[in-house]
Amino acid sequence: MKWKKWSFLIVVMLAIGMVLAACGGNVSKEESAKEEDSAKEEDSKDEGSTALAADQTLNINIKTEPPSLHPGKATDTTSNAVLTQIFEGLMRLNQDDEPEEAMAESYEVSEDKLTYTFKIREDAKWSNGDPVTAKDFEYAWKWVLDPNNADTDYAYQLYVIKGAEDAKENGGSLDDVGVKAEDDKTLVVELEHPTPYFLDLTAFYTYYPVNHKVVDGKDDWALDVSEDYVTNGPFLLDSWAHKDQIVLKKNPEYWDADTVKLETINMYMIDDENTALQMYNNDELDWTGSPTDVIPLSAIPALKDEGTLNITPLASVYYYAFNTEEEPFDNVNIRKAFSLALNRQGIVENITKGEQQPATALVPPSIFEENNEGYFKDNDVEQAKEYLEKGLEELGLEELPKIKISYNTSEAHGAIAQAVQDIWRENLGVEVELNNEEWNVFLDTMGEGNFQVGRMGWNADFNDAINFLEIFESVGGNNYTNWENEDYAKLIKESRAETDEAARRDILRQAEQIFMDEMPIAPIYFYTNVWVNKDNVKDITVSPIGTMQFKWGYISE
Amino acid sequence: MAKYLLKRIGYIIVSLFFIITITFFLMQAAPGGPFASERKLPPEIEAQMNEAYGLNDPIHVQYFDYLVRAITLDFGPSFKYVGQEVTDIIARSFPYSLILGAEAILLALSFGVLLGVIAALKHNKFGDYAAMVIAVLGISVPSFIMATILQYIFAIKLQALPVARFESFAHTILPAVALATTPLAFIARLMRSSMLEVLNADYIKTARSKGLSSRVVTYKHGLRNAILPVVSYLGPLVVSILTGSFIIEKIFGIPGLGNEFVVSVTNRDYTVIMGTTVFFSVLLLVSILIVDLIYGLVDPRIKVTDKGAEK
Repeated sequence: MKWKKWSFLIVVMLAIGMVLAACGGNVSKEESAKEEDSAKEEDSKDEGSTALAADQTLNINIKTEPPSLHPGKATDTTSNAVLTQIFEGLMRLNQDDEPEEAMAESYEVSEDKLTYTFKIREDAKWSNGDPVTAKDFEYAWKWVLDPNNADTDYAYQLYVIKGAEDAKENGGSLDDVGVKAEDDKTLVVELEHPTPYFLDLTAFYTYYPVNHKVVDGKDDWALDVSEDYVTNGPFLLDSWAHKDQIVLKKNPEYWDADTVKLETINMYMIDDENTALQMYNNDELDWTGSPTDVIPLSAIPALKDEGTLNITPLASVYYYAFNTEEEPFDNVNIRKAFSLALNRQGIVENITKGEQQPATALVPPSIFEENNEGYFKDNDVEQAKEYLEKGLEELGLEELPKIKISYNTSEAHGAIAQAVQDIWRENLGVEVELNNEEWNVFLDTMGEGNFQVGRMGWNADFNDAINFLEIFESVGGNNYTNWENEDYAKLIKESRAETDEAARRDILRQAEQIFMDEMPIAPIYFYTNVWVNKDNVKDITVSPIGTMQFKWGYISE
Repeated sequence: MAKYLLKRIGYIIVSLFFIITITFFLMQAAPGGPFASERKLPPEIEAQMNEAYGLNDPIHVQYFDYLVRAITLDFGPSFKYVGQEVTDIIARSFPYSLILGAEAILLALSFGVLLGVIAALKHNKFGDYAAMVIAVLGISVPSFIMATILQYIFAIKLQALPVARFESFAHTILPAVALATTPLAFIARLMRSSMLEVLNADYIKTARSKGLSSRVVTYKHGLRNAILPVVSYLGPLVVSILTGSFIIEKIFGIPGLGNEFVVSVTNRDYTVIMGTTVFFSVLLLVSILIVDLIYGLVDPRIKVTDKGAEK
């Protein structure tokens, strides 16, 4: 009896050993195959083209259920990641992130830059076969601007259009909104101000058309895949299992279908970033990380060492807002002292680790190149101490009172706040208290001005400095600092009327200068897109505004 | 029996009323609202949204509207997932949680009882120690750690099972095991101690001295009596498995209801909070009732009668 048990045990052990050995063998084979692949790739790159794999299927993670797949109701990155592939606006950002003709075949801009006339492509079709018409755009935009339609949070993205804000907020008539379909293929748009980034905006999802013949009168058309879910982009929404998986298929009727190589895109909704990374390691995903997911902090150093981590700039800034109505931050020199004393390089290298760029300006360098340098020196403790002394004198204080940093619950925010606490204590000799709050509570606290220093972030919807500068035009809205400045507001206003691009840029730079002199916020870093993708995944674009496009993507052999 | 049932159902309705009321006011008292976001809405648009969702009404009007809707089981649309009905969300998520929960409970119950019985029969011998080491490990390793370890061993290293998601039976194994570990260990310990107690009882000795085989004594006389504490643990177990599965659902990317329940609170998604709370409450109150009924079946000494309930 006894020996039977033992022999059984030995057999089991042997079997496990064999399985493990077999696994090991496979891995090394795969690796060498991969090496060969990459060698081949380099060869073929020289020739200028790469062979397509037979199976053009891409598996990615979009982390969560997209809150809305209605272009007029969507407001977030996840929805954007889906909508950008299945819809198309007048323009589409190309591989260099410049707006390029998409649904519009051509456009004309009037002398005063206030009127845009778009010609819609003859071969632009909806997925149900209907032609895409100018009326579809007019209908979609006016639908968003109709005050009776709720959940249209992003209506303000359309406010550059003449009469749009009036119609949405002040009871103006929708008929006075400056968008008109002259005929089936001609769309005329009148703007409130000359807007140099208007073409960028027409590539944004709030500006996407909807097929008015199908969706008119149907409020629920975008809730599920149905015959009412009609789209016009490079891909079709094939299935949508809520909170589980979205499948996109190539749209054969798309006007530029020849360019589109991917046949199927599986978008999984895996909430846990560690799980997503494991699925990636297990070849169940071809891509993980930005812009729809994040790579776990702890995995970043190892991936960086392997050399597989991709990092590109994102037009987005992480900052600490000062409450300029509360002592001691009502004093500009104190604000400067706190901002200059920060060791941004240290924070970026030791905490966030995604090669974020230390920020010493408001507008990200992908928009204002000069901001690679910024307006002041990072970690300038000497200068900071001088400002501190001056500030204390002006306030008539002997030493700084206790300071409180507020931030919302998150591992990364917490780690940064602790580092800042330490830096300020060491460099300025100030007692710093940390105040961690749940997201909604935190927003309430900030909104009520019930803070001294608060964590905030801002990312651009389109590639223009105004995105960042106009937040601080007046108190309220997203400006939590209670800081206002007449000259600053005047400059922002001026920039809206300026038609010359260089002059406009100059005005905006002046405004930023004023802002940095007053320092109502301490910028900390500019974000980056951080992701890994399989070697054979090519030409998927991730723009500095965090939009992912699959139109040009393909799987190489 | 019928009278007892009716009475219990009456209690359930009263408890539900209190649960709904307390949740409603707690939820309203919590700072923030469903439209709060880092990117603030223009005030006019926010006002239009509040109007459309009835958040501008006085609080008592909202409350009574809500009560009426809860009774008719129409919770309205979610705030976060624009336009999706709460009832649809529950209907599509619950099956996942149900399958996961049922598998986990089955696992916990069968292996827990087995381990406990083995430990008790081999009291102070190798079998006892082995079973109890497993139990202590199971209790002290939290489910999310267990989940990650399982993923690492079975999905990454052995490539035997998928890492995550919930498509086929193979997908359900790892999350169910991870979710079952803690209750399994707890049941094993519970079973062991009550089995030990029962095995030393006089009637077991009597049974043995009558010359009954040890198998009959253990299973027919011992087990049936010893399992009572486990049965009474079943009620709270169903509760903790269904509401506590959110972390496992998150790690394995399962679109279940536990996750929805927790996330809705963070989002201040009022309608989903209320919908899931009511749904879970009903489920739990009913499952406790069922456990009480089973109790009567297992132990004939406990009569499920009106009198019994009043004691």
